[in-house]
Order: sequence, then C-alpha cells, then structure tokens
Amino acid sequence: MTAILHIDWTSCDGRGLCTELLPGVLDRDDWGYPVARGKSGRERTDIPLRDADREAAQEAVSLCPKLALSLQERMEPARESRKPGR
Amino acid sequence: MWAFGRVSGFISLALFTASVLLGILNRSGRPLMVLPRFSISLLHRNIALLATVFLGLHVGSLLLDSFAKLKPVDVVVPFLGSFQPFWQGLGTVALDLVLAVVVTGLLRHRIGQRTFKAVHWLTYGVWPVAMAHALGNGTDVSSGWFLLLAAASAVALAAALLWRLSPTFLETSAARQGNHP
Ligand code: HEM
Ligand code: SF4
Repeated sequence: MTAILHIDWTSCDGRGLCTELLPGVLDRDDWGYPVARGKSGRERTDIPLRDADREAAQEAVSLCPKLALSLQERMEPARESRKPGR
Repeated sequence: MWAFGRVSGFISLALFTASVLLGILNRSGRPLMVLPRFSISLLHRNIALLATVFLGLHVGSLLLDSFAKLKPVDVVVPFLGSFQPFWQGLGTVALDLVLAVVVTGLLRHRIGQRTFKAVHWLTYGVWPVAMAHALGNGTDVSSGWFLLLAAASAVALAAALLWRLSPTFLETSAARQGNHP
C-alpha cells in the first residue's frame, strides 16, 4: 500500500500551505503552485508518498484553504485515467 | 453575572477582530514574520473558536442575569428583547451568523468549498453588526478604553479590507500579472 497525495488542479490556488508542510515532497513554482520534487507527468498530480510523510500529508489535506488535496491508498502507484492538469 | 457578561462580550469581540484579521492574512497566502502559513490558518480557526466560546459565555451569563431580562427566544430570534430591542437584536443576528460560519467551517470537508466560502463571506457582515451591537447596547460606551479599543479595531479592519481589495494582495500577484520575479 502506498499513500497517494492527489492535487486537484481545478481547485488549487497555489497558496503554499502544502509546500510548507511537506517541504521534502513539494517545491513551489513562481506562481505559488506545488511541484512534486523529482517527479514527472502523472506523478505530479498523484504523488506517491513515503510512509514518513503520511502524517504531514494528512495535515496538509485538512488545512489546504481550497480543499484541493486528498489522500488515497493504492496498491499500484497511480491510476491510468487521470491526466496531469498542467 | 452582569459584569461577567460584559467582560466576556468584550473578549469575544476582540478575538473576533483578531480572527478576521488573520483570516484576511491567511487569504493573501503570505506567512507572517516567523509564523508559517499553516500556523496562521490554525490560529485563525482556533481564535475564532475561542471567540465563539466567549460569545457563548457572554450570552449564557446574561441569560442568567436578572437585569438583562433575556428570554431564551432572544438568543435565536432577533429584535424581540425588552431592553433596547434593536441593538440587542443586532447581537442576536451576529450570534446566528457566527454559528452558521463556525458550523460550516467545521464541516468544510463534508459540505465542499463552494458552500463553505459562500457562508464564510458572511464574516465581513458579522463584524460590523457585532460592533454596532456592542456600541449600541453596551453600557460602557462612555468609557474611554472601550472606545479606544473599538476605534483601533475598526481602523485595523478597514486597513486590512483595503489591502484585501488592492491588486497586490496575493503573495504571487506579481508573477501572476506576468512580471517574473
Ligand atoms: C472554526 C471555524 C472557522 C474555520 C475552519 C475557518 C476557516 C477559514 C479558511 C480555511 C479560510 C481561507 C479561505 C480561503 O483562503 O479561500 C478563512 C478565511 C477567512 N475567515 Fe475563517 N474560519 C472559521 C471561522 C471564522 C470566523 C468566526 C470568522 C469571523 C468572524 C472568520 C473570518 C474569516 C475571514 C474574514 C477570512 C478571509 C476571507 C476572504 O477575504 O477571502 N472565520 N477561514
Ligand atoms: S495548500 Fe492547497 S491551494 Fe495551497 S498550494 Fe497546496 S494544494 Fe494548492
């Protein structure tokens, strides 16, 4: 089981709370939006997390001012059906 | 009970003022000096909840007070009170709105962002209503310290509101207007 942090790009407004809570996972671009470190493509939208980051991710989910984040548990890294927003 | 009711009312108002200021700061996406953004978010919530507790104490103690002559119905339905029904009614309006804001705030993940935000805009209405209630209904309006507190709060909020409406409000507004940092 891997925890997946999903970012809903239609909701995210780049407020940067998540990048503060998960500095090791997320970087911030010039517009304030979160960018998954060392990830590309779909894994920038459905980010696989290390177990150590799970708790901080939970916190980010409940604090994101736009409710743009959700945590999912997956057997495989990511689902085929979702395309990255950007 | 009378004194307790008054003091808890002031504390509640002061905390609500702080909460609105923090809400606006939170909205800008900026950290405050050493405080990171998520702390501001948490502070905003916790101060709002604390203010609501004091609001409960304020109303609860005055319900028990023989001088205020509050009836239980005055707590939810405005403008029925026997003592200054209009100004007291404003307090009831503020209470009802605050309850709506807090309940939707706590159920944010359940009801969704759209409903939450729609109700949360009420906060900009709650503050002036609560302040008018304090000034109109309170018996301390003549005392200098209260007027000073009220004026300072009003100035701070007006400044925050102007900032909120200004084009450079968002932390990222420069980048989003096309000027690369
Ligand atoms: C437990 C209850 C509350 C929670 C969970 C909560 C949560 C939030 C959140 C998440 C935001 C950011 C919204 C965004 O960035 O889009 C916000 C903003 C704000 N909140 Fe609250 N809040 C609560 C209670 C209150 C209360 C009681 C007041 C005032 C009486 C208040 C006043 C504000 C203001 C003025 C803003 C800025 C809104 C804007 O200009 O867009 N909040 N709140
Ligand atoms: S906290 Fe939410 S709105 Fe802010 S950058 Fe992260 S996902 Fe986007």
